[in-house]
Amino acid sequence: MLFTVKRTLLFFIFLLCINMSGCKDKQATVTAAYENNGGPAYGDTLVEGSIGEPSTLIYMLAHDQPSHEVAGLIFNGLVKYDTDLSIIGDLAESWDISNDGRVITFHLRKGVKWADGVEFTADDVMFGYKTIIDEKTPTAYREDFLQVKKAEVLDKYTLRVAYEKPFATALIAWGSIIVLPRHLLEGKDITKTEFARNPIGLGPYKLSKWTSGQELVLDSYKDYFEGRPYINRYIYRIIPDIATMFLELQAGGLDMMNLTPLQYTKQTETGFFKTNFQKFRHPQFVYTYMGFNLRHPLFEDKRVRQAIAYAVDKNEIVDIVLFGLGSPATGPYVPNTWPYNPDVKEYEYNPEKARQLLKEAGWADTDGDGLMDKDGKPFRFTILTNMGNNLRINTATIIQWRLAKIGIEVEIRTLEWSTFINEFIDKRRFEAVILGWGISPDPDQYDIWHSSKTREKEHNFITYKNSEVDELVEIGRRTFDIEERKKAYFRMQEILAEDVPYIFLYVPDATPIVHARFKGIKPSPIGITYNLHKWYVPKRLQRNGLEP
Amino acid sequence: MPIYFAKRFLEMIPTIFGVTLISFFIIHLAPGKPTDILAEMNPKITPEARERLEKMYNLDKPIIVQYGLWLKRIVKLDFGESFSTDRRPVMQKIWDKEKPLIERRLFVTFIINLLSLIIILIIAIPVGISSATRRNSIFDRITTVSVFIGFAMPSFWLALLLMMLFGVHLHWLPISQLKSMHYDSLSMVGKVWDLTKHLILPVFVSAFNGLAYDSRFMRSSMLEIIRQDFVTVARAKGLPEREVIYRHAFMNALLPIITLIGLSIGGLIGGSVIFENIFGIPGMGQLFYMSVMTRDYPMVMCILTIGAFLTLLGNMLADIGYMFADPRIRAG
Repeated sequence: MLFTVKRTLLFFIFLLCINMSGCKDKQATVTAAYENNGGPAYGDTLVEGSIGEPSTLIYMLAHDQPSHEVAGLIFNGLVKYDTDLSIIGDLAESWDISNDGRVITFHLRKGVKWADGVEFTADDVMFGYKTIIDEKTPTAYREDFLQVKKAEVLDKYTLRVAYEKPFATALIAWGSIIVLPRHLLEGKDITKTEFARNPIGLGPYKLSKWTSGQELVLDSYKDYFEGRPYINRYIYRIIPDIATMFLELQAGGLDMMNLTPLQYTKQTETGFFKTNFQKFRHPQFVYTYMGFNLRHPLFEDKRVRQAIAYAVDKNEIVDIVLFGLGSPATGPYVPNTWPYNPDVKEYEYNPEKARQLLKEAGWADTDGDGLMDKDGKPFRFTILTNMGNNLRINTATIIQWRLAKIGIEVEIRTLEWSTFINEFIDKRRFEAVILGWGISPDPDQYDIWHSSKTREKEHNFITYKNSEVDELVEIGRRTFDIEERKKAYFRMQEILAEDVPYIFLYVPDATPIVHARFKGIKPSPIGITYNLHKWYVPKRLQRNGLEP
Repeated sequence: MPIYFAKRFLEMIPTIFGVTLISFFIIHLAPGKPTDILAEMNPKITPEARERLEKMYNLDKPIIVQYGLWLKRIVKLDFGESFSTDRRPVMQKIWDKEKPLIERRLFVTFIINLLSLIIILIIAIPVGISSATRRNSIFDRITTVSVFIGFAMPSFWLALLLMMLFGVHLHWLPISQLKSMHYDSLSMVGKVWDLTKHLILPVFVSAFNGLAYDSRFMRSSMLEIIRQDFVTVARAKGLPEREVIYRHAFMNALLPIITLIGLSIGGLIGGSVIFENIFGIPGMGQLFYMSVMTRDYPMVMCILTIGAFLTLLGNMLADIGYMFADPRIRAG
């Protein structure tokens, strides 16, 4: 009996060996196959996974990322960001800005057609503009367009907009958000139209089928003005669970998804992934910070805030919380972008300095309990953050541990998002918070730092007031001259670094993964999908032969 | 008899009214508004823009007025429009008449729950009966332990393990969603086969968890019956054990199952938030979860109201079922 068991076991081991060697050979050939680049060819399908479903494909009505991602493939704007974050023409061939910076004249491309064959003209842009400033349109992006004093169509391909004051973010505002087909939407209620789920666009892809809760199928638009996209079909699959999505990727049900830090650093470091997939990494346009309630007596003194900054080790937080997939932040901008100032005061980890600063501010451990105190009160405060965001909760925990070392006791409280905003942020009932901001590539942050933006529901909820910063954010948004703007924002970052209203913690990286058969991907600071219409699969590697 | 039904039916109305009143107040009491999500830490949104949005949704009115407005629509069976950015009618989101059956959320959840209920009953009844008749035997113990393991096992974990085994390693079954990408190009038979393959794991996972409860329920019901006098009488008469159990005891032990099925009717459309999310199945559970998270009040109210109605209906049907099945109740 024992003998049989042994023999069976041996047999299995034998089988396993055959199997493994078989796999190895197969893998080797596969690698070779993916490396062999046959040049651009039309065909194949790209399947991307997303945890959320778009809600509407009318860009100006959407407030969620999935909607913007898909609508971004169906619509184009007059202008767009280039890979170095400068602004380049998209549907606009060129534009002139008057000398005083108040009038922009757009010259549109000629011969661009909507997917139904009608020509795109300045009237479409005008229609988009009228729609967005209409009171009845439920959009959150009206603000930029309310600054427009007058907009007029000069001819079929020319549009002129005039502003009250020069407004730096004016130009980029004329992106995909404003372009709508007038001939299909005029006179219709934009909130009720079928167009939201069945749009006609002029971008590289057009929607062919939307199955709620499952997928959106987009086919390439052959008459796209920048040339027919190589990949015939793009499918946006909705899989709400990130673990399931990762399994789908392995099983071949997906070609592309965003990895979590754990998946990026550990789970995809196998031979299988190295052969079959390509991973990318670029900074996201968001940052996480710890903000102080500056009206709270504990944090009125700048030295106290600086002391806390010295006591927190940002590199440690990036290493532990993000598995190293991010960079420490020194200000409200993404490193290596043009507004980012690399030479501001940095608070490298230094508990000695922290203690000394606290001492200068009048804090000392007089009763020997290990906690700093002043006027008989120990240094204690609570960090609030939102429930469910483990990155922020872990960050808070590390900060709690580091601050305990310099004699500050921190409590952490997590709150459900709406409660957090309505009951604590809006009512200013907080001492410190850990939160994040999504930032646009344009550096204007008037709403966050200007001292006039401190009313309820406004974004300067920490009540930061600095007259020089007020002036600098004004200057920054009133000129188109990049050098001048750069000067203002560089100075602003210096002041913020000195004042420490926030401790800028980190800028996380986005970590997309794409199947190895896709070529033509050019990573850039704005991500990888900006040139999706130029991606291709060499003929020999094409897998899904679905013709649109 | 018809008078009794009518009475029971009318009695449901105040109950439904109470349920909606309480639900409406509770979901509005929860902090946050639908407009918060739109404005989530987006520096481009001004307080004025937010106010305008609130006005549009009538959120600036007192809550009792809002309930009045909702009720006014509901008596005409109009559940209103969703607060999410697509602003589609709520009913269209759960039962889109223009789409094939399999793309309607209510239908998807109903089919999965129905299949899993059938599987549960097919397995739980014999397992429960056998454990009861062979009480404390090895079989009883093994089934007890295994159904409890099934009950205790987190369904999301089991689901992921099964996906890894059947989807990634063996490539036998698809991992998520209801249909393959090439579904539209399949023949009728191919479509049915494709759907079946997609349904195997979700139905199995949802049945696996429910198995424990129902089989234990069946077991205890059976145990109670075989202790009764009429079973002793049947045995004393000299009937073979098979006949005693499967003819006399079994039919009686089945009675409580009617209650069980009645109670499940409300749950048939409820859908499980957990497994619908894990398997990416576009059903009611997923919709309900998303609606709660975005404070989509009309959507949440619609699902709760339908759920309450079906639960009450299920109770009523169970009572009626009892009347037919059990002469003792009919007489009383």
